[in-house]
Amino acid sequence: MCRLALKTASDAFSPYEVLQGMEAMQEGYDGSGLGLLLRGLHFEDFKYNSKYPILSGIAHSEEAWHRLTSFMEKRGFELKYDHEFETRPELIEAKDRYRYFLRAYKIPSALSATSQDEIETELMLTRLALRKNGEDHGNDLTCFSFWPDVATIKEVGWPLEIGDALNLSDNRIKSRVCMAQGRQNTNYGINLYACHPFFIQGIATMTNGENTAFVPIRDWLLGKHFPGYTGYQSDSETFTHILHYTLKHLKLPLQAYKHIITPLRGVELANHPQSKFLTGLRDSCRRLIIDGPNAVIGTLPDETCMLVMDQKKLRPATVGGRPGAWAIASEMCGVDAMVPDRDPSLDFQPMREHTIIVPPERKELTIWSQHDPYPLDQAA
Amino acid sequence: MVSARSVSVGPGSLSYTDLPWIIQHREDRCTLCGHCTAVCPKEAIYLAYRRQRIPKLDVLKKKRGNEYRTFVGIRQKKNMANACIGCSMCSMVCPNEAIQPVPNTNEHRTLFFNNQKGEPNKRGGRRNVVGPTLLDRIMFNRISMLTDPALEAGRHEFNLTTTLGRTLDPAEFLKRTREGGWIPPTREIFPFIIGSMSFGALSPNMWLGLLQGVAYCNEVLGIPVVMCTGEGGCPPWVLKSPYLKYIVLQIASGYFGWDEIIRAIPDMQCDPAAIEIKYGQGAKPGDGGLLMWFKVSKLIARLRGVPEGVDLPSPPVHQTLYSIEESVMKMIQTLSTAFSHKVPIYPKISASTSAKSVLNNLVRNPYAGGLLIDGIDGGTGAAYNVSMDATGHPIASNVRECYLDLVAQGKQNEIPIYAAGGVGKNGNVTQNGMALIMLGASGVHIGKYMMQSVAGCLGNEKNRCNVCNVGICPKGITSQNPKLYRRLDPDLVAERVGEVFMSIRTEMKKIMAPLGRSQSLPVGMSDALGIGDQAAADRLNIKYVC
Repeated sequence: MCRLALKTASDAFSPYEVLQGMEAMQEGYDGSGLGLLLRGLHFEDFKYNSKYPILSGIAHSEEAWHRLTSFMEKRGFELKYDHEFETRPELIEAKDRYRYFLRAYKIPSALSATSQDEIETELMLTRLALRKNGEDHGNDLTCFSFWPDVATIKEVGWPLEIGDALNLSDNRIKSRVCMAQGRQNTNYGINLYACHPFFIQGIATMTNGENTAFVPIRDWLLGKHFPGYTGYQSDSETFTHILHYTLKHLKLPLQAYKHIITPLRGVELANHPQSKFLTGLRDSCRRLIIDGPNAVIGTLPDETCMLVMDQKKLRPATVGGRPGAWAIASEMCGVDAMVPDRDPSLDFQPMREHTIIVPPERKELTIWSQHDPYPLDQAA
Repeated sequence: MVSARSVSVGPGSLSYTDLPWIIQHREDRCTLCGHCTAVCPKEAIYLAYRRQRIPKLDVLKKKRGNEYRTFVGIRQKKNMANACIGCSMCSMVCPNEAIQPVPNTNEHRTLFFNNQKGEPNKRGGRRNVVGPTLLDRIMFNRISMLTDPALEAGRHEFNLTTTLGRTLDPAEFLKRTREGGWIPPTREIFPFIIGSMSFGALSPNMWLGLLQGVAYCNEVLGIPVVMCTGEGGCPPWVLKSPYLKYIVLQIASGYFGWDEIIRAIPDMQCDPAAIEIKYGQGAKPGDGGLLMWFKVSKLIARLRGVPEGVDLPSPPVHQTLYSIEESVMKMIQTLSTAFSHKVPIYPKISASTSAKSVLNNLVRNPYAGGLLIDGIDGGTGAAYNVSMDATGHPIASNVRECYLDLVAQGKQNEIPIYAAGGVGKNGNVTQNGMALIMLGASGVHIGKYMMQSVAGCLGNEKNRCNVCNVGICPKGITSQNPKLYRRLDPDLVAERVGEVFMSIRTEMKKIMAPLGRSQSLPVGMSDALGIGDQAAADRLNIKYVC
């Protein structure tokens, strides 16, 4: 089973802290991989402007590296910073890793004059074009994310060893939010793109467990013909895309996500103050109902963090912390490792109806229940 | 040359071994009570008087002679009109196990004579093809073994309902909610629906037993089963009762019963579950209903608004309209309006290579609430044998290609496809239904299976019984003759309806639990399906397994 750890803190911290939290939860994973997503970035050797999108990925050969460089130049992105990892390749299982890259770019001036939507579309299309470019060249280029203030690292192997291999303990990179997932990929083949957290236009989620309703959900998302709804090397990627669809396409508040993926049962819906609206929402989003067991942990562009359980609630997840620092993990010991100086009696394990929201100011948790009134005018 | 009249054998003369069923009668057990001859729906057996010669030899007097005794016994008639249909009613009523029909294992000759008076073979039942159907051969093989704790069918909570009616794309739903627009009506129902069997095809006791059972399922068992009336309307007291919400009213090309329905609208306490517009039927594509005069009783005549004792062949198409597109559009819209746009309206068509075009037509019709596709293995109360056996399209690939067509358009949640035709043909009702659901159907209709399982219909695909068309149903299921249908106790039918749906519900859980599914019906979960037939796997776009 996958192990999940998320830490969010007002002061930037090293991702290595989260890897140590993962180590505390080591029993559950088979060391088949690590996915890290950092948000609210701080580089030791560069004063980062958080408007610069960061391209994250792996060039598997020198040729791919040069192709990447010229591709980005042609597309009009100006390189502002190129983070060089001090790697120890002997700790990495795979041998075709020419270069891990985190590169900050300034977006083309023509693009910056357009709307936010157009910028977001171009960033996504650029990432997808690079991914396609790699796939067309024997998978020699892997591209995880291209977005302001977001860095992603994914690799096959034991999480702490990967951290050591990339020297993440040297404090050269820090972030205010760090998501980590130790991957056990048992459903489908080992593939870097199958590794959580998944990312699309600023929205990232990671999940443990299995989404048994994967195929119908994937088919429905593919039917939307939205360019970013692609990939699906992992059944959990659908959780990210459903969240994206909820927030970006339907422009619904975060609370709607839970109503979409795990709608209330018939009797519960009938007793809800906005019964009619929520029943209609369930019907029209019926193909997006997940069938876990899962804990879904996500982060949004404003550094909001969230945790929801599936309806069966057969996967554990705990949230705990103190004002200024919060941790969400699939095991309690993970929370202990990441925020030890908290009152553990206030830790919370959400039930099937809850959405846990850690707002960007990180003062306190919001525990929102599906039985609560739904926060949207149109539902009234 | 003049034929030899002394030999009483003509072209149509048949012997016992030419008949599909042969009556075995044991004279040593028979008490001559007469139950068997009285109950036989075909009058296939009769009490016969026979003379037996007993040789007599007086050895001392060296004289040979004969004595004769007469005896009575049961004999089988050998003409086509009275050929035994194998229903076994005789053996069921025999107090002494003296009589039973046995299938003729020889190639029987009645097949060549079942067109007496120039009339081709007509019957009830369904396609006479035996053996496992394609649906029977589908396995559910995506077992959630590695990352999931297995669900327990007995204790876990399952959501087993499906949507009947059109749903909007989420963005459109939100837009209409904001603007106060019309949201199409939907129903949350159990995905196994009692398919259209008309009040007319079914006896009053059967129909009312079904309705009673459906009400029990909804109100006591919490299984939201609905049933479809078929063509021929609905008794007025049902139309004005709170049970109407469990009923899908069918309108077909004869419009039988719709005077009563329209007149009852102002008095309805609730809306019907849906309206089904029948354009075609899987068992007899191209034919409308064929209710024969034997079954048009006083009650049926009143409900249908016709004289008593006349044949009621419905036209094959809705003749009053210009084209199928126009017909579909106008009828759907008219009926939606008649029920104030609060009732889902959907058409039923026979499975066909052209089903996709009907479907795409419906996708663009904002009032269409779904599509029911009825495959070649569907049952019927009356049809020409050639229609049943050779005309139509199997349901599985038809539903699959329609579903995949919707998937390509991203519309699979908007127009639910319902499947029918052969579900439970060999008794595997839940397995067949769930296979269709995972191929893309939102639910299935079951008709013949219901007759067999709740009322003991004797028909099968070896052409046993199958006399629904002539109103002589020995069980009283499809007869309008009170002497026959009083044999059927509606309370017992209702009890069986409850049992059947409880059992389907449990089996659904037993199928879904190992797949790790419990939160929603696994519509289109084709990754869970496998079949040991490469060609079928390719056609259905599922896995070949061996």
